[in-house]
Amino acid sequence: MEFGPHLMLASLEGAVIAAILSLTAMGLSIVFGVMRVVNVAHGEFFMLGAVLAWYVTSALGGHPALGFVAALLIVPVLVAAIAATADRLILKRINYDADRTIVGTIGILYIIQQTTLMTFGPDARPVEAPFNTRLSLPWFEFGENGFAMFWPWGLSTTSYKLFVIAAAVVILLGLWMVITRTKIGLVMRATQQDSEMAQAFGVPVGTVYSLVFGLGAGLAALGAVLVVPIQQAHYLMGHDPLLLSFIVVIIGGLGSLPGTIVAAILIGMSDGIISVFFSPTIAKIIATLLVAMVLVFRPQGLLGKTAP
Amino acid sequence: MTSSRKSTLLHLGVLALLVVLFFVLPPYHAGNLSRIMVLAIYAMGYNLLFGYTGLLSLGHAMFFAAGMYGFGLTLNLGGWPVPLAFVAGVVCAGALALVIGLLALRTAGVAFMIVTLMFAQTGYLVVLYFGTYTRGDEGFVIQQAQRMLGGFDLTSETGRYVTALILFAICFLGLARLVQTPFGRTLVAIRENEERTRMLGYDAGSHKLRALIISGAVSGVAGAAYALLFGYVGATFATVQYSIFPLLWVLLGGAGTTIGPLIGVFFMFYLIDTSSTYTNAYMLIAGVVLVLLTVFAPQGLAGELRKRVFKWLP
Repeated sequence: MEFGPHLMLASLEGAVIAAILSLTAMGLSIVFGVMRVVNVAHGEFFMLGAVLAWYVTSALGGHPALGFVAALLIVPVLVAAIAATADRLILKRINYDADRTIVGTIGILYIIQQTTLMTFGPDARPVEAPFNTRLSLPWFEFGENGFAMFWPWGLSTTSYKLFVIAAAVVILLGLWMVITRTKIGLVMRATQQDSEMAQAFGVPVGTVYSLVFGLGAGLAALGAVLVVPIQQAHYLMGHDPLLLSFIVVIIGGLGSLPGTIVAAILIGMSDGIISVFFSPTIAKIIATLLVAMVLVFRPQGLLGKTAP
Repeated sequence: MTSSRKSTLLHLGVLALLVVLFFVLPPYHAGNLSRIMVLAIYAMGYNLLFGYTGLLSLGHAMFFAAGMYGFGLTLNLGGWPVPLAFVAGVVCAGALALVIGLLALRTAGVAFMIVTLMFAQTGYLVVLYFGTYTRGDEGFVIQQAQRMLGGFDLTSETGRYVTALILFAICFLGLARLVQTPFGRTLVAIRENEERTRMLGYDAGSHKLRALIISGAVSGVAGAAYALLFGYVGATFATVQYSIFPLLWVLLGGAGTTIGPLIGVFFMFYLIDTSSTYTNAYMLIAGVVLVLLTVFAPQGLAGELRKRVFKWLP
């Protein structure tokens, strides 16, 4: 393949990564924005989403689309419920103290991960995509016969990957509507701005916290259900999404939701493109170092305005 | 008896107990104990930064690994003699701590944790990237013939225990002394209230940097000692898990106490050792212990003892 089609293929892969990443990172960003805590167990909620999706689809059987739709509806709610319970049992008791929350969520991380290892096992298991037609993509070139369209060998994508990108856009739009147009969103924003004042105005801050923690985990799980037909479910799969979400949230500015989306697209696309053209280890080294440097010299993030 | 007399007696008593245990315990447990002592050095290094200075680092594995690789690589590829290679390992860890400190100490709180985590992740990836020398995840073995110190065989059970005990004693007494000095007192003051310490005229930044360098160097001692005594150097020791472990040990034993790290490592080691005979998901125990500690006993075992029984505990 020539450079042009190759780049297009890499961008498509990058767009899929960016779509999943924006959902996962959005979950982390909302939790940080409203509750001011860093949820280290976020990647495990992602993993839990993928693993539960496997359980749901394999329990239902029948046509893959049936199981997939069921997983898409059931799994995020289930994961959100688990997260909200963890919030009630652990985070609420330590008063959302920033340092202790980190230690506590590290504990939750190991509990979820190791429980999955004991029940689900160490194998990676696939979930079948509901539809997976291979689509060849055209490429335009200005040749001797004028402007011509042709189908280079290997330049193709699947209908499912395009669906993932579309689904992420729809979900994020829906989330934006909820936050800006509904009463729940209003209460969330009030708690974010000043939790004590919100409490004084009768907002049940404790319930809002549980809800937000559940919502954050649910978004990660949703991303995982979408990605599991492309990438298999495995008990250690939460590590990379966690690190990437951290990077996205930091680059986008802690607590800034539009910043998170922009950064997710930036990081996801460049991750896809860089890993096609360069050695993945060196790309990761540069990425992690860059993020550390951004935090050191611009703690409010690239797009954030005020320091947290 | 004054508290300082009591605490001196306590420290010497702990060391005496460790000497006696060697003669009493069966070989399997004596072997475990030498491993526990080396890991306790790591925990003590971490404790100086977290327990006394109040800086929560999530990247100490990079200092442990720097000590380990600084020692292992100079010994294996450079052919340096053991004492020189050991010093090289410790210097590597201290120098790395200096560089990381200059950058990471510009941040505080949550940002400091994430920055150290990111730097440690970079360190791990660098180890993998130079796989031709480090052999990456697989790691390399330091041959028995290389682990001799002037005719003294460090691979025998006795040699191992004695070396671990000597290194442990130096760090244990040294750090216990350090936290009593004006320097150590200032670190505690920074932990309690950094603004006020600065108002009183102390240079908080330089104190924190020095604490981080000492903490990193002590972690490097532990890393080099681990490679020397157990003969294995691998990238596993640079992973996030090995940054979480010292936090876990110190929290369990009691942050900001001199004997807490040893107690924490001891309990955690036997907890994992016992549970791993039943299940391979032994990190589940670590998770449960972490959650229980944060919720019920944020001061750890030694901390709770100090609060309830022995008020003089250092």
